Amino acid sequence: MKLTLKIWKQANNKTAGKFETYSVEADEHMSFLEMLDVLNQSLLEQKKEPVVFEHDCREGICGSCSMVINGQPHGPQKGTTACQLHMRSFKDGQTITIEPWRAKAFPIIRDLVVDRSAFDRIIQAGGYISVNTGQAQDGNAIPIEKGLASEAMDAATCIGCGACVAACPNASAMLFTSAKVSHLGLLPQGEVEHSKRVQSMVTQMDTEGFGNCSNVGVCEAECPKGISLENIARMNRQYIGSVFGSQTKVEKA
Amino acid sequence: MSWITNFLTSSIGRKLIMSLTGLFLIQFLLVHLIGNLQLLYHDQGEKFNLYADFMTSNPVIKTVSILLYTGILLHAIQGLLIWRQNVKSRKVRYAVSKNPNVGFAAKNMGWLGTIILVFLILHLWQFWFKMKFGTVAPVAYDGVEVKNLYFLVAEVFKQPIYVFAYVIGMIVIAFHLLHGFESSFQTLGLNHKKYTPLIKGLGVVYSILVPLGFAIIPIYFYFFK
Amino acid sequence: MPLKANSPEGALDNKWTKYRSTMNLVAPNNKRRIDIIVVGTGLAGAAAAATLGELGYKVKAFTFHDSPRRAHSIAAQGGINAAKNYQNDGDSVFRLFYDTIKGGDYRSRESNVHRLAEVSRNIIDQCVAQGVPFAREYGGLLANRSFGGVQVSRTFYAKGQTGQQLLLGAYQALSRQISLGNVEMYNRHEMLDVVIEDGKARGIIARNLLTGKLERFGAHCVVLGTGGYGNVFYLSTNAMGSNVSASWRATKRGALMANPCYTQIHPTCIPVSGEYQSKLTLMSESLRNDGRVWVPAHKEDVMAIREKRMSAKDIPEDRRDYYLERRYPAFGNLVPRDVASRAAKVACDEGFGVNKTGLAVFLDFASAIQRYGKTEAHSNGLHNPDPKKIEELGKKVIEAKYGNLFEMYEKITGENPYEVPMKIFPAVHYTMGGLWVDYNLETNIPGLFALGECNFSDHGANRLGASALMQGLADGYFVIPYTIGQFLSKEIRTPKIDNNSPAFMEAEKDVEGRLQKLLSINGSQSVESFHRRLGLIMWEYCGMSRNAEGLQKGRKLIQELQKEFWSDVFVPGNQDEFNPELEKATRVADFLELGELMMVDALDRNESCGGHFREEYQSEEGEALRRDDEYAYVAAWEWVDGGDPVLHREDLEFENVELKTRSYK
Repeated sequence: MKLTLKIWKQANNKTAGKFETYSVEADEHMSFLEMLDVLNQSLLEQKKEPVVFEHDCREGICGSCSMVINGQPHGPQKGTTACQLHMRSFKDGQTITIEPWRAKAFPIIRDLVVDRSAFDRIIQAGGYISVNTGQAQDGNAIPIEKGLASEAMDAATCIGCGACVAACPNASAMLFTSAKVSHLGLLPQGEVEHSKRVQSMVTQMDTEGFGNCSNVGVCEAECPKGISLENIARMNRQYIGSVFGSQTKVEKA
Repeated sequence: MSWITNFLTSSIGRKLIMSLTGLFLIQFLLVHLIGNLQLLYHDQGEKFNLYADFMTSNPVIKTVSILLYTGILLHAIQGLLIWRQNVKSRKVRYAVSKNPNVGFAAKNMGWLGTIILVFLILHLWQFWFKMKFGTVAPVAYDGVEVKNLYFLVAEVFKQPIYVFAYVIGMIVIAFHLLHGFESSFQTLGLNHKKYTPLIKGLGVVYSILVPLGFAIIPIYFYFFK
Repeated sequence: MPLKANSPEGALDNKWTKYRSTMNLVAPNNKRRIDIIVVGTGLAGAAAAATLGELGYKVKAFTFHDSPRRAHSIAAQGGINAAKNYQNDGDSVFRLFYDTIKGGDYRSRESNVHRLAEVSRNIIDQCVAQGVPFAREYGGLLANRSFGGVQVSRTFYAKGQTGQQLLLGAYQALSRQISLGNVEMYNRHEMLDVVIEDGKARGIIARNLLTGKLERFGAHCVVLGTGGYGNVFYLSTNAMGSNVSASWRATKRGALMANPCYTQIHPTCIPVSGEYQSKLTLMSESLRNDGRVWVPAHKEDVMAIREKRMSAKDIPEDRRDYYLERRYPAFGNLVPRDVASRAAKVACDEGFGVNKTGLAVFLDFASAIQRYGKTEAHSNGLHNPDPKKIEELGKKVIEAKYGNLFEMYEKITGENPYEVPMKIFPAVHYTMGGLWVDYNLETNIPGLFALGECNFSDHGANRLGASALMQGLADGYFVIPYTIGQFLSKEIRTPKIDNNSPAFMEAEKDVEGRLQKLLSINGSQSVESFHRRLGLIMWEYCGMSRNAEGLQKGRKLIQELQKEFWSDVFVPGNQDEFNPELEKATRVADFLELGELMMVDALDRNESCGGHFREEYQSEEGEALRRDDEYAYVAAWEWVDGGDPVLHREDLEFENVELKTRSYK
């Protein structure tokens, strides 16, 4: 199949970017990233700069790949990262536009690569359980209801790719943040410090310059792991409850 | 008291204000509609005019109405601020943007709200302002003289342009409600596998029936009076 | 030079306990003055960095990824073993130890493996406390499942994403230490050399991948947790970025590389679909619990399938060869990975491969669907269910167990595995070899430690399923925090390491020279194309089966490829920018040397054991033939630039297990 690609090229965060048009010959069994490999190989053979994109595991779990394909983060297939998207989903002769995640909090590094360290800082603000190595009691000491454990698991499957931010019309990071707040807050081990956690993480999220959630729900629709909007509601609940119902005060940095 | 200001300026705090004022306005719409439906009685406006008089003179209602004005102002100002901040959080827009399966209303709350604000100004100028500060011809029932708001309504809705404006206004409100109703519950953290479908269903019914009820009035007046 | 493992004296089950209570400590006030560099933040690295930070050391942690959460530990699917015996099925520390030694074909060190089995229990406790959402039973207690090569149920899991959950646990513990200021995190920094001063590891040279600048970092010791080198084969289940460079740089500075030829080929991966393929995707071993492996018994059926005249379903039972069940009736489809992989290769070599390349076998769930369907129908009170209903119910059970894997398979191949059998083929998955370390996980260079997959220590010649996660976390959480004290207790008088000393400046200059060289060749072939060619050589001559002639030829081909690389590679752009092609070039350059060493090691080992199968050494039935009298040693190689690598032996002593021929028949 023959494709026309319009890809965002930008040397770094200080220079302006623009779309470049390429044509590439692909096979329908290729993954989307393998199609880009083929393009890059041909660019290198002509001694041209390849298209830079982030990728690693190529099996949909590391969360590295981050591109908006024809207006949708990770492309048209539901519940699928760009690396697991296959060219079967496209038609011969199609034009495909590929853009980086676009959000003020995710500055562009080069071409399709953006800086997602804001997510790391949100986790550092409180996305953990404060337990040192060696302090743990027996793993079976606290029974956890099966349904609760699996709800926590569903929230914990977030791969931190940032598609929720990329998809949200407001570039909000509520789905990401709430997935971690939920995962830890649902478990008895994490419930202990949830007051401080939720306040700190929300404060950090706001500081990073993400937009506000307006409950549009595109994040849920575009999330490759199907993280649910229920998590956002849970975070709202915990946050409001923690601000008004607990002694915890978290100051802005 | 820094924790309160922190809360009120946090993303969730701002949204909470939107949600609470929104819910307050949602219930006001119903109260307002029930009152207004008295315009449809075949009594030349007697019930309606007495009701309007009660609403403008009763001290409790007067106090509540201050709350209402504050609610509207808060909702509008906060909404515009959030909208501005959201636009700023994505400086470069996408060249191609396609969000499947997600409603038109949710994505355009800012625009819908702005239109409603304009509509509201028109509406207040036409009725509320004239009732309070303008001259409305009086009418007497059992010797008690009240302002004949019914007459004013009938006059306004003789003009097709206003009928049209009001119907459009109600359609916009319907869309705004369609998202706003369920969204306000979500913001409050009320999302539950069992109850959320009920809330959503109720939201759809409410968002259609209430604006429809309002829209019937100008249409009725235009065609049948 | 015979190598000393430094295993403590005493009875096996008491070694670690006794050692731990008698080893040297560093007082809290001294810990605050000691710097530790941790390179790599996967399971082992992140766990180590977090724990060392908790202890009060000043830690600097490095990853080439944009965040520690992206390390390839995240992709592990199946689970993590622990000798908890929660199932009351006779598991114990000794049994886990024994299974691991046997599974590794008696090529690992007893003392290390026993310690691993001991601390396996603490890992589960620790992870639960961190909030890892392991699967649970209705009573709220932890659930277990079985894995290949063992007869107890000791694998803890979190859906098919156990590695992800464990890594996120370690990442969160690390994030906490970062927020407390105990760990300084350097994302997008790649270690390009280790600095050795007075014979001790004292720092690293790292390239800031965003700016391209080289930076010098000094510390009292250096800990590597940089993973395995499976990507030397180009096509593997490893992530695209997984590389050997950190351990290879250490090797170039005098560390010994042990047993590099031990590579694990995983039997159940999605077959290669074309030349453009960039990586292979694993289908979890747990699928072999219910899937039956087969090929057609007759060549004409094979041809019909390849030409798409027939489908798998058209082949009647009596014309199928369930070769694992036939050859290994005792373990059947659940033989260990090395055995299953080799059997698939035999079937395909004989011409029974079932896709157009002839390199695939079937993994069939039809009988499991029937079996589960019938049970389900019974429990629903249906006593005469029609076949359609049985199939429908059976598929539901399979979906509940393996839904996400089936979905992934369909995404990649476009075929629905509920309807047609999966096609699978072995692929490179894990490397048992790695930097040689002693009982303290210290390499032969004092102050240089290696954890997790990047050391050689625990899995011998073959790793059992669900043991990689166990080892990474054991090393990071429960071993290195203690053993590092043995070295650091002697360093409390060492002042802050000066990163402007001659050793640092020289190492930086070396790296600078290497990068400039790569950029200046300006040849005509891409880095990727060299990597692919290296992979083909490795797979052909050092893959699932090897022979002396091929290994010699392979080494020569790699040497030629090295020359070609250094004279004709094309690396675009320049050093002072974000330049992924340059990163790739440094990694492939190192793989090219490692590949050569693997050939040398495989040639030296004149026996078949675990993942290393030498065609010259097999039984009449085609099983691996170990030669314990001559080869019960660890081959630790000293690299010599331009010359032949030098072998150092660590003889393996087995005092607690009897060396037997592994049999799964």
